[in-house]
Amino acid sequence: MNWKKEWKILALMIGAFLACFYLPAGSSRFDRAVIESLELVRWYAREHVLFCLIPAFFIAGAISVFVSQASVMKYLGAKANKVLAYGVAAVSGTILAVCSCTVLPLFAGIYKMGAGLGPATTFLYSGPAINVLAIALTARILGWNLGMARAFGAIIFSIVIGLLMHFIFRKEEQAKAAAQMTMPEPEVKRPLWQNALYFASMTGVLVFANWGKPEEAHGLWHAIYSAKWLMTSGFAVAFVAILAMWFELKWTHLILASMPSIALAIVFPSNPMIAFAAGVLGLSVITSTNKAEPGEWFQSSWTFAKQILPLLLIGILISGMLLGKPGGEGLIPSEWVSSAVGGNSLFSNFFASIAGAFMYFATLTEVPIVQGLLNNGMGKGPALALLLAGPALSLPNMLVIRSVMGTKKTMVYVSLVVVMATFSGMIYGKFF
Amino acid sequence: MKIQVLGTGCPKCKQLSDNAQTAIEELGADCEVTKVTEINEIMKFGVMLTPALAIDGEVKCVGKVATVSEIKKMLQ
Repeated sequence: MNWKKEWKILALMIGAFLACFYLPAGSSRFDRAVIESLELVRWYAREHVLFCLIPAFFIAGAISVFVSQASVMKYLGAKANKVLAYGVAAVSGTILAVCSCTVLPLFAGIYKMGAGLGPATTFLYSGPAINVLAIALTARILGWNLGMARAFGAIIFSIVIGLLMHFIFRKEEQAKAAAQMTMPEPEVKRPLWQNALYFASMTGVLVFANWGKPEEAHGLWHAIYSAKWLMTSGFAVAFVAILAMWFELKWTHLILASMPSIALAIVFPSNPMIAFAAGVLGLSVITSTNKAEPGEWFQSSWTFAKQILPLLLIGILISGMLLGKPGGEGLIPSEWVSSAVGGNSLFSNFFASIAGAFMYFATLTEVPIVQGLLNNGMGKGPALALLLAGPALSLPNMLVIRSVMGTKKTMVYVSLVVVMATFSGMIYGKFF
Repeated sequence: MKIQVLGTGCPKCKQLSDNAQTAIEELGADCEVTKVTEINEIMKFGVMLTPALAIDGEVKCVGKVATVSEIKKMLQ
């Protein structure tokens, strides 16, 4: 037998065996945690998948197909305006980093062939935090103010970190890689304003379908809440019209595909979920059978869903097991959580940043984890600190970053991230 | 000919190397598909949007999953 090859599998088996052998099934705490985790999964499935995740997948897919990445990259090239480069690097994560695995190559590219260390670290920090999926899910589950704080915190602090990195290492003349940036030719198929309207209509559907019920039963927010399905339908109609006019989809097909959704909305007016699901299905059928751009769009949305959903399911299960559903308690006692990251002390924020920096979060799983921690008494400040430090860094990606820019710069970068996340957590915790 | 698929190992890169494999089989061409996953190696090609595809060391497509028919065209 080839032990060198097989030892990992054996170790895994022994581990699984021991875990099963000592499985605390039957103890009330464990059994309750299992129920909690199943209830949490059901809650996500009922409340968040259809209205929030699915539209967000379509938007993310659309960004990766219809937005020209090359046109953004020219602002991050070697000859780019330095001031502009920081700004573009800070916000371009929304467009460039729709998939977490693209962040590291882009970072390495900007560092070695493009605008240099400062903008590269700016991009590295903000990228994972401001992609559409992350913002949509954070705002939906953890509340819009934490969602916004996460997005703006990431943008502002990414610029600060980039500038600091540039300042600290300003004396190091770095040898630019000999290779030339190879970029795909930007393809212009329709004017920018048409693309902008297309994205606006989709974002409208996402925002209004998820409009939360306000606490007071009057005022502007409530008025919007009562009309949310009307607004959502309005945006959906605009969206269908845009697809027909500018995306080479046939009117007849589009109308046929919207028919079931409209009919179901009339038959079941009190249950918008049915009509919404039918609409999603109709859209999927006409885009997936298309051979041109819309087909590519569906393909790319599907890739995201395939990649992210299984990991998210596992993340929710584990988080439910350890931390329980809202209002419940899992395997980890609440007192532990509140003593480690409760309140808004320097220690809580620092602890949350350090833990977030080293832990690996698969795309989006940071959301159920932070939600579980908040339920068990985590302070809002430390929650933001974890959200800022978490997805930007993990032990595996530190190793890749180190291979690109060396040990010293990586250590400085990691310390800056931890310090920045701690302070932004404290500032946020003070106000909310 | 030598086909190289550049990417750090995300699902898109796997899709691209599957597509390349299919294209070769359909053409019956004598090609070898290898993966380049080391980030510094990828940088040497000047590529920063993954996945990317290089044929005989020359980058043919960047930042998207090339379809089977596109890869066939590049090979011919």
